[in-house]
Amino acid sequence: MSNLIFTNARLIDPENGTDNLGWLHVSDGRIAVRGEGEAPAKGAQVIDCGGQCLAPGIVDIGVKVCEPGERHKESYKSAGLAAAAGGVTTIVTRPDTSPAIDTPETLEFVTRRAQADAPVNVLPMAALTKGRDGREMTEIGFLQDAGAVAFTDCDHVIANTKVFSRALTYARSCGALVIAHPQDPGLSDGAAATSGKFAALRGLPAVSPMAERMGLDRDIALLEMTGAAYHADQITTARALPALERAKRNGLDITAGTSVHHLTLNELDVADYRTFFKVKPPLRSEDDRQAVIAAVRDGLIDIISSMHTPQDEESKRLPFEEAASGAVALETLLPAALRLYHAEQLDLPTLFRAMALNPAKRLGLASGVLSKGAPADLVLFDPDVPFVLDRFALKSKSQNTPFDGQRMQGKVTATYVAGQEVYRRP
Amino acid sequence: MRFAHRHLLGIEHLSQSDITAILDLAEKYVDLNRQSAKHSDVLSGLTQINMFFENSTRTQASFEIAGKRLGADVMNMAMQASSIKKGETLIDTAMTLNAMHPDLLVVRHPHSGAVDLLAQKVNCAVLNAGDGKHEHPTQALLDALTIRRAKGRLHRLNIAICGDVAHSRVARSNLILLGKMENRIRLIGPPTLVPGQFAEFGAEIYDDMNEGLRDVDVVMMLRLQKERMDGGFIPSEREYYHRYGLDAAKLALAKPDAIVMHPGPMNRGVEIDGTLADDINRSVIQEQVEMGVAVRMAAMELLARNQREAA
Repeated sequence: MSNLIFTNARLIDPENGTDNLGWLHVSDGRIAVRGEGEAPAKGAQVIDCGGQCLAPGIVDIGVKVCEPGERHKESYKSAGLAAAAGGVTTIVTRPDTSPAIDTPETLEFVTRRAQADAPVNVLPMAALTKGRDGREMTEIGFLQDAGAVAFTDCDHVIANTKVFSRALTYARSCGALVIAHPQDPGLSDGAAATSGKFAALRGLPAVSPMAERMGLDRDIALLEMTGAAYHADQITTARALPALERAKRNGLDITAGTSVHHLTLNELDVADYRTFFKVKPPLRSEDDRQAVIAAVRDGLIDIISSMHTPQDEESKRLPFEEAASGAVALETLLPAALRLYHAEQLDLPTLFRAMALNPAKRLGLASGVLSKGAPADLVLFDPDVPFVLDRFALKSKSQNTPFDGQRMQGKVTATYVAGQEVYRRP
Repeated sequence: MRFAHRHLLGIEHLSQSDITAILDLAEKYVDLNRQSAKHSDVLSGLTQINMFFENSTRTQASFEIAGKRLGADVMNMAMQASSIKKGETLIDTAMTLNAMHPDLLVVRHPHSGAVDLLAQKVNCAVLNAGDGKHEHPTQALLDALTIRRAKGRLHRLNIAICGDVAHSRVARSNLILLGKMENRIRLIGPPTLVPGQFAEFGAEIYDDMNEGLRDVDVVMMLRLQKERMDGGFIPSEREYYHRYGLDAAKLALAKPDAIVMHPGPMNRGVEIDGTLADDINRSVIQEQVEMGVAVRMAAMELLARNQREAA
């Protein structure tokens, strides 16, 4: 098995919040020991990192791989290669495929496909209700046995609170994590933008940012009733933050995520109806973006995800209202997140706390850290190398990224899963 | 005078001098249109295609007459009945038509931004004849010409835009144009139809029509769509007429020489009193229709001139 020593590396340790030069020894796919100064050579293969950053591999909750149903948009193979190239060592996949992943049989199918094709760890999520239509709960116990790590209807909000409260209660008895999309379904119906001057000028159907707080407030009330473990997939507005803070202070089992797009883009980026900037929930105001960055810094928002959503050209080359939502981001997650580092808003240990440590902790994984005994899921990257993103160079089958043609800084040099190199930049 | 635009997609992209240039040229066509021989040949040899993805009688007829009077070969396509039904995308339809080498494409579409999208894919000049809730530039230009002729100027006027601002592309284009020409604009309507964010455009918002109409020079009424009348945005047609319909009593609060405008088609007895709409001393609604042809002739001439220079 692997026996590697990474020397001369900036070790990004999100657990201790440190960013120091040192070395790290990997043995048998696990982190054996690390230290500062001169590395002991111990007959291992030496990888001189040349002062680049070595961090725990990214754990990305909420990746859409379009199998079953739309393999032309993304397969386990292409998603796995994209993840490896983006420094993502674990992808936690969404069940919003067609058909939805809502039975143990479908889940076993995707697990088989993932094991055969993807070079990174793949952990599947399953739907919380059958067909994601918010009426009957899925076989949460069987699905857990089949490997489901969390339960979510993705962007479908369960409008019927009785159904949702029963599903939460049942999930609690199984110890299952429920991930929801906090959004008032009535208020956000049909919206393609966030209400405000920009949406009014463009004449787009818009939703008030208040819909997110309303959705979160409702879910928090249900958590108080049921005691379930809950994660809000994307918190993107300032107004939702006090409710989240209060719920955490009251001891509810709640965590929250946000997407890298909401951290790095705002509503004005849509400009002249650029559909690659159409995501769900819609991009927010600059004030909201800044509030969300501060919440990640303070730890109120726990997790940053790519919300990787492949869409083909046909579903994006339409008038804005009709165009599909979502953006691919497995490969752009790290360089986009590094914009916040270069803007001196978040340091590297904080970024990796949100991209590796916290998501791993939330799912009960041993990865996401640089400590002894943890799986050697690692990303080696140069945070400073500049480049202009060319979407056609992406490894995803779909190339719907809002960052096309934009200047970015920071590239992955190599990615390791259990000590095995799964990607090296040519 | 140089009109430095390839398309006419919205008022947002035009400068004060662009707007003045179109209106000045349109004056010439108002005179031409009043003669018995109404023909010019500035577009002769050019092909104009009217693509309407949404029903329209007035705007389509206006563009058709404008093109024909300028000597263009005009073709109308009722897009609702055609390829869209067969599942063809907007861009494919545009590419197909583009291959037939039209020179002017006049497009109306139910979705905001659809005309911008189409303009990116074709080689000819595109005129926006209304896209969703976004813009309807020729309507704003014809309104501006009507106001300028009636009031003798197009600046420092108090102008009230009344009714369903939220869903109106006419309101947006007028708000932008009249703002660019330095007028004071009031938006009047129930808050469900006049959302607060419009204040950020520099307009004053009134939900009391009697207060909002005080001392205005121009009263611009908007059409209330049938499907928005019952329960959703307003309680009922009759309550709307009572509070926001323009009648002689409410108009008496405006300046004595205030003019009344409406982009048509009107709902008599819903947003405007029928007698008032027909009052030739106050209503300029028929003149708006007349100005529409002249403004469209002017806009098409300016765009065609650029095309010929480029060729």
